[in-house]
This record gives sequence, C-alpha cells and structure tokens, in this order.
Amino acid sequence: MENIINALNEKFSAQVLSTEMLYDFPVVTVKKEWIVEIIQHLYDHPETKFQFLTTLCAIHYPEQKQIAVMYQLHNLESNQRVRLKIYLADLRPVTPTITHIFAAANWLERETFDFFGVNFIGHPNLKRILNVEEMIIFPLRKEYPLEDQTREDKNDTMFGRAE
Amino acid sequence: MTTEATREKPSLAERPEGIEGAGFFATSLEKVVGLARKNSIWPLPFATSCCGIEFMATMAAHYDLGRFGAERLSFSPRQADLLMVMGTIAKKMGPVLRQVYEQMAEPRWVISVGACASSGGIFDTYSVLQGIDRIIPVDVYVPGCPPRPEQIIDGIIKIQHLVENESFRRRNSPEYKAMLNRYGIE
Repeated sequence: MENIINALNEKFSAQVLSTEMLYDFPVVTVKKEWIVEIIQHLYDHPETKFQFLTTLCAIHYPEQKQIAVMYQLHNLESNQRVRLKIYLADLRPVTPTITHIFAAANWLERETFDFFGVNFIGHPNLKRILNVEEMIIFPLRKEYPLEDQTREDKNDTMFGRAE
Repeated sequence: MTTEATREKPSLAERPEGIEGAGFFATSLEKVVGLARKNSIWPLPFATSCCGIEFMATMAAHYDLGRFGAERLSFSPRQADLLMVMGTIAKKMGPVLRQVYEQMAEPRWVISVGACASSGGIFDTYSVLQGIDRIIPVDVYVPGCPPRPEQIIDGIIKIQHLVENESFRRRNSPEYKAMLNRYGIE
C-alpha cells in the first residue's frame, strides 16, 4: 500500500484528494482532469505496475449531484489492487477515455455510457452495448424507475405503492 | 400376479371416426392430416434461460418428449412447426425472435414456456420484454418458474390438441389475417 502512495506522491501529490482503505486495498479519489495521466503513471511505474484493468464503472450520487467513475486496477505480479475514483457533474458527465492504455476499457466505457450517460472523449466507438439502440434514457441513474412503465395490470398496493 | 391374458394391451393412436370395411377405412382428410401432424411436431427450441434447462430435462430419457413425436428438434425455422420460446426475452432480443417467427412456414404454432416468456415473469425491468405476446401471437402459455417437465409436456399435449383440430382453411381466413395484422406481420 505504501508503494502506491509513494508512486502517486512522486508526481501527483497535489491531485490526490483523499485515500481510504477498503478491505486490503486503497481507494484513491483524484482530481478528474488528471485521471489519464495518473493511470498511465501507475501503469509504467516499476514499483506499482498496475497493468490490468479489473473493471470500470460509474456510481450516481443524486444528493451531491455527482456521478463518480471508478477504475479498479490490479498488479498481477504483486497481487495488489487499487481503486481510483473521480467525481463528475451529473448533468453532463464527461471524461477522457483510457482505451489507449487498456483495451478492455473499450467495452467497459461503452457500458458506462449506456447506463449512466458518461461521455468518454476519444473513445473509438461510443454507443450503447447492452440496451436497445433506440433507448433515450440512461437506466441506472437514480431518477429512472426500475420497472417497465408500459404494464397496466400491476396492482400497486401489492408493491408497497398504495395510492 | 398378472398373466399374459389379463395384462392390458398397449394403446396405439386413437382412430378417427370413419366408415370401415374389409380392406378399407374412409374418413375425412382433415382428421387424417390432423392425426399425422399432431404426432410429428418438429419443435424449434428457442431456449434462452432456466426454462431451457427444464426443456433439456424434458427431452432427456426420463420425461422424453420424443414419445409424442417431437423427437427431431430443428434449429432452422424453415423446417420447424412449433416455436417453443423458453426463457427470458430481453427487449434487445425481441426483433430476433420476431424474425425467427416470420421465417417459419405455415402452419406454425407458438408455445410460451415459463413466466418470463409469458409475461416478463419476475423481471419487470427496463430491459425485459414483458411477454412475447407483445411481438408474436402465442397459442399456448405454460406458467411456472420454471415449469416442471410434466407441465411442459402438458403444454405440448394442448398444442397437439390444437394441431389435431385445426381446419385447413384457418390460415387463410380473414380473422387469422386480421390477427397477424395486429402484430404487424404480413
């Protein structure tokens, strides 16, 4: 864990906003403009070598009006993990892509765009991947309901919506 | 202990009503064709989820759907009579299912196996089609999550009943064409 903090503080000590421990790995919140360089630095640095992207996803915080994008990286040699989080405004979330560093980010960013509407600048093919292409909403945002709205036969009292 | 004389003879397919004589049996063509069709349905298993696994059990030796003539499964819609939709159909899968249905030749029947295919099941969400009867006409619904093989066989027997009693002119009748028009199928 210390090697990660040291590697980050070498060049980006002003851009790291906070660090927490989750289970046995750190979750580092950074400034959103620097995320691509930070990921590239952690990729190249010999002490950290995070050359495997485990996952990338978004989280919607409606009270703070923010959408966080989370990148989880893994060092296969030393079996270390780290999470990087950036916070974007939830109205029109925009961030650069990391497909030039990790090829896996291609589909993961498409999925994040499909469900949250995060626009990844520089992505080669940013379109919906799991939902129907004609869909106009971003379903996993908290303002959209889970249920299909075209059903007429559901009894609301049975679902806790007594009106 | 039963002896040979008292044991019940196995039953064959029921004989339709007709006029019988020495060396001939006269009946109506619809009855004969209905009997032949119902005992040789070629299903197309459109299995997407758990109900597909139950269907695999139904086709296996213990519950054997082949007893009812449905031994030869076809994955080509051109060669299939019965479209068995088993499993959750997502909205993205809907046009695919519709295209498979449109490629089938008349006469064709559709059985919707399981809760998800019949009505969306437990998955009332933005991505699941709430019942395949929103896009294609369905003949028999088999409820269950998943239905046991005996229930799937019961659904097939109901399809057999429909197949046996179908009139030759049904597929050209104006009511049938109006029903297809409601789904937007030519």
